[in-house]
Amino acid sequence: MTGGLDFNVIRDNLLYFFIGRYPHGPLGGVGLTFYLAVVSLVLSFIGGLILGLLSISHNRVVKWVSLTFINAVRGMPLLMVIFWMYFLWPGLMGRPMPESQTVILALTFFTSAYMSQIVRAGIEGIPKGQTEAAISTGLAPWQAMFYIVLPQGLRNMIPSFVNQFVSMIKDTSLAFIVGVDELTHIATQVNNRTLVFPTEIFLFIAVVYFILCYAFTELSRWMEKRLAWRKAI
Amino acid sequence: MLKYKFDWAVVTSGKYFDWLASGLYVTIQLSVVSVALSFLLGLIIAVMRMSHVRPIRWFAHGYLEFFRNTPLLVQIFFWYFGSYKILPQAVNDWMNRQNFEFAAAVVALTIYTSAFIAEDIRSGVLSIPKEQMEAARSSGFSYLGSMRYIILPQAVRLTIPPLINQFLNLAKNSSLAMTIGVAELTYQARQVESYTFKGFEAFTAATLVYVVISSVITILVNIYNKTVLRPMRAR
Repeated sequence: MTGGLDFNVIRDNLLYFFIGRYPHGPLGGVGLTFYLAVVSLVLSFIGGLILGLLSISHNRVVKWVSLTFINAVRGMPLLMVIFWMYFLWPGLMGRPMPESQTVILALTFFTSAYMSQIVRAGIEGIPKGQTEAAISTGLAPWQAMFYIVLPQGLRNMIPSFVNQFVSMIKDTSLAFIVGVDELTHIATQVNNRTLVFPTEIFLFIAVVYFILCYAFTELSRWMEKRLAWRKAI
Repeated sequence: MLKYKFDWAVVTSGKYFDWLASGLYVTIQLSVVSVALSFLLGLIIAVMRMSHVRPIRWFAHGYLEFFRNTPLLVQIFFWYFGSYKILPQAVNDWMNRQNFEFAAAVVALTIYTSAFIAEDIRSGVLSIPKEQMEAARSSGFSYLGSMRYIILPQAVRLTIPPLINQFLNLAKNSSLAMTIGVAELTYQARQVESYTFKGFEAFTAATLVYVVISSVITILVNIYNKTVLRPMRAR
């Protein structure tokens, strides 16, 4: 042990950790972490739904192409995806993109592949008889999917989506690498400025992340129990 | 309109190929060392989590929840920048004599992954019928003995696919070690990018390596499921 821990550094920078320079500058800290996670989650829900539906398509080519894409993305580290977006998007599009949008794009691209698996499992969890009944009452296959199967399947997927949100919050910490002012980047800034309190700073943000993520983990568990109970009756 | 000129020779031969190859070597080293350690640690935590002594169970539960719900990057920074204040001086001295970046990355990856592995092992153990434990205990095995000789050998066999999945996650997660200067694959790809401006080629090569590794291992797991687990379940 080299002396005790001194948490004054946290108290002095508390507001900075939570909102960055917000009223006078862009939103940062926990606020930006949350914003990145929510926006990317909504976008990757849409992406995951599309990919998930494509991956159970009856058209062999569509199915094969989407499954290959999903498996390839699941084999990549998120950091690699962020670098792809960060270094290559400007090169390919000919104009730069704000870093936070780069990160949202990368997180969406990455998480959509994982979301598609949740969507797929959710749809496959609905008994086949439902589709057959729907089709025999005269609905087209796509109508059976959108009016009968998906509404029920999506409800069962909610706990998994919440879990994915927890992963998303953790993943936003990688935005640090391209200099987006979310919680981890703010922490490294404060650490570089104060130099002698790394233990206190990283312990503090670990606890902040933990509280955020644990709350949603518990929410997902609670929902799962409630859904199981509803299904039982 | 694309004005970019592709030059694949940059990454398929010569100095930059060597950089990427050495990066791959470090990635494999990091993943293999960490997965072995986190399997051992995860096994211990899983057994503690199922203990009948409450404080031990609570400790294991707290450990699991804390390390699973905290970003790996923050944990890496904590061990790399912050651990010196909470570790005994002797450990600090020892760590500094090692390759400190590598050691910090191994510690962070091990602790993070062990929390996930412990849960996988626990669900493997829970899927073994309770009667087996009761039979083992009534024929004279101690709690740890029945775990060691009866329950765990079966549970581990069931747990192999999720464990390999964790190994794949670990291999991908090890890319975060670049943030503290461990020269693994992602780090080297970025080095090549900044020396040659051939980012597209460098990142493609590195991405392909990751994807190929994970595809090959995934295929092997599927074969294992078909040849070992399905007959075992059918019994």
